Amino acid sequence: MTDQTPHTPDNSGRKYWLDNPKNVDKVYWSVIVVSVLLFFADALYDKHPEFGIEKVFGFYGIYGFVACVGLVLAAKGLRLLLMRGENYYDDKTKGDS
Amino acid sequence: MVLGIPPGLFLIAGALLVPLFRGRWRQMYMLFLPLAGLWCLVDGQSGTFFAFTFMEYEIVPVRVDPLSLIFGYIFHIAAALSVVYAWHNDDIVEQMAGLAYAGSGIGAVFAGDLITLFVYWEAMAVTSVFLIWARRTEASYAAGMRYLIIQVGSGVLLLSGAILMAHETGSIAFEKMTLGSLATWLILIAFGIKCAFPFMHNWLQDSYPEATVTGTVFLSAFTTKCAVYALARGFPGEELLIYVGAAMTAFPIFYAVIENDLRRVLAYSLNNQLGFMVVGVGIGTTLAINGAAAHAFAHILYKALLFMSMGAVLYRVGTVKGSELGGLYKSMPFTTVFCIIGAASISAFPLFSGFIAKSLTLSAVAHEGYLAIWMILLFASAGVFHHSGIKIPYFAFFAHDSGKRCKEAPLNMLIAMGITAFMCIAIGVYSPWLYSLLPYPVEYQPYTPSHVIGQYQLLMFSALAFAVLMRFKIYPPELKSVNLDFDITYRKWLPAIYRGMINLTRDGWQSILEDLRRGVQRVVAYMFRHHGPEGILARTWPTGSMALWVAVLLGGILLLYYV
Repeated sequence: MTDQTPHTPDNSGRKYWLDNPKNVDKVYWSVIVVSVLLFFADALYDKHPEFGIEKVFGFYGIYGFVACVGLVLAAKGLRLLLMRGENYYDDKTKGDS
Repeated sequence: MVLGIPPGLFLIAGALLVPLFRGRWRQMYMLFLPLAGLWCLVDGQSGTFFAFTFMEYEIVPVRVDPLSLIFGYIFHIAAALSVVYAWHNDDIVEQMAGLAYAGSGIGAVFAGDLITLFVYWEAMAVTSVFLIWARRTEASYAAGMRYLIIQVGSGVLLLSGAILMAHETGSIAFEKMTLGSLATWLILIAFGIKCAFPFMHNWLQDSYPEATVTGTVFLSAFTTKCAVYALARGFPGEELLIYVGAAMTAFPIFYAVIENDLRRVLAYSLNNQLGFMVVGVGIGTTLAINGAAAHAFAHILYKALLFMSMGAVLYRVGTVKGSELGGLYKSMPFTTVFCIIGAASISAFPLFSGFIAKSLTLSAVAHEGYLAIWMILLFASAGVFHHSGIKIPYFAFFAHDSGKRCKEAPLNMLIAMGITAFMCIAIGVYSPWLYSLLPYPVEYQPYTPSHVIGQYQLLMFSALAFAVLMRFKIYPPELKSVNLDFDITYRKWLPAIYRGMINLTRDGWQSILEDLRRGVQRVVAYMFRHHGPEGILARTWPTGSMALWVAVLLGGILLLYYV
C-alpha cells in the first residue's frame, strides 16, 4: 500500500534557509509588517459596503484576527471535553493514518 | 454520448473491461475513459435522452442542462486526475471501483427522474466502499461497514420519498420541490445524509481518512458534490438550507484545529466547504446558485489537490499524523509547493480558484441582507485558511523537523498534482472561463479593490493570529488523540444501550426461568409428598387404590343414571 523509504536521520549536514531561527523571525516579522500595511491600505480605496459594519476601518483585518484567536482558544477548550486516547473506540479501529 | 452510451454508464461499462488490459495499456485505457466522456460532453446539447415509459412512469436516464453539465464536466476532470494520481497502483479492485464510482456519480447528475437517481445513488455507495476496504486494515473494514450502512440508508430514504412522491403527484420527475409533504422531507434527508448535514456528517470524517492513498482522492470528489447538485436541483431557495449550511461552515473548523490526522482535518474542512455550497443553494438566487456550482467546481480541484499531497505523504512516510510529521519540505519540495497551492486555493487567496468561486456566494448572501449568516461565513473563511491553509502545510512540511527523510512522491502523483495545481491557478487568474460554464449568465467582477484588499486583510490577519499564537506557544500542539464527535452515538452509546438491554433481558429471562423452575419444583415436591413412597396416597398398594377409585366412579355413574 505505501512505499516507505527508511527514515534515516539527515546526516548530509545540509542546512536549509528555515533551519536558521533568525530566518524564522524574519518570516514572523514580515507577516506583521504586511498585516499592518494592509490595515492602513483601507484608507486608499473606496469601499462598496453591503453592511454598515464593513465601513469600520480595517474591519476585515480586525474580524479575521479576533475570529482566529477565538477559534483556536475555543478549540483548545473543546479538547478538555472531547479529547480521548487514540485507542478510545477500539485498539483495532484506528489505522495508522 | 460516447458510442450511444449515456454518460456515467460509459464509465461503469468501461470499468468492467479494465481486467482485459495490462500494464501501460491499462493506464492509458483508464485515462481514456473519462477523457472520452468529457470530450463528448463538451458540445453537449441540452435536452432529455433515452426516455421511456415504465409502468405509467416516465424514466429519463439522461437530462442535460447547464446545471447538470457543469457537474458533469468537473466529475470527468476529477476522474481523469484521480486516475493519473493512481497510475502507480495496480490494485485491480481499486481501479475498477474508482472508475465505476466516478461513473455512478456522473450518472446521478444527469438523472432526469428520481428512480434513475436512486439507482446511481446506491451504485455510488456500493462501488465507493471498495476504495475504503482496499486499504485492507481492520480499521478500514469497520469504517467501510459503517459508511456502507449509512450510504445505503440514504438511498433507502430516497426511494421511499420517490415512491410517496409518485403516489401523491403521479410523477417521478426530478425537479424543484417544495418542502412540506413527508415525501419531500424524506428526499431532503436522503440528500442531507450524503451532503453531510450536521448530525448526519460523521460518516465523512470517519471513512475518508481510512481509505487508501488513492481512494480518498476519488472519494473527495463525487458523493458530497453529487448531493450538492441534488440539493441545487431539488431545493433551490429553501430557506432552511441557509441555516443548515451556515452551521456546516462553522462547527467542523473547531474540530479541524484540534484533529491530529491531517487527512481527517481535510475531511472536516471538506464538510465546512459543503456548508458554503448549501448556503448558496438555500439563498437560491441566480447569483447564489452560480456561487454554489462554481464553488463545487473549484472545490473539487483544490480539495483533490490537498488530499493528493497528504496521500503522497502517507505513501512515502506511512503516516499523516501531525504529531509525527514536520520538516518534510526538505524531502518532498514539489509536493510541498503543490500543497501550498491547494491551501492558497481553498483559503480563497486572490488569483486562486477559491477566491472567484466563494466571492459569488458571499456576495449573494450580502445582497439578500443576511448579516448574521454573512458574519458566520466570514468567520468560516478565516477558519478555513487557519486549518487548511496554514495548519496542513505547516505541520506536514514545516514546523518542528521530525527528522524523517523520504523520497519525493512518484512521478505520476507529481503529474496529477501539477495539473491540478495549474488548474487551481488558471481558474483563479482567468475568471471568465469558469464563469462561462455556470448555469446562469454571470455579471460579476471578483477583482475589485474592495474585494481583494478585504480578502487579503482577512487572510493576513488570520495568518498573524496563527503566528502570534505559535510564537507565544498558545497554539494547541498536535497530540495523538481521538476527538469525540457525533459518531460516538453509534460507535459507543447505541452499542452500549444495546448491550445493556441484552443484559437486562437476559437477566430477566433467567429470573423468569428460575421462577418457573422453582414453581415446577414445588409442584413436583407436592406430588412427591402425596404420591411418593412415603405419601398419603401411596400407603396402600396401587391396585387396591385403583379398585377403590373405580368403585367410586361406578357408584357416581349409577347415581347419575337414576337422577
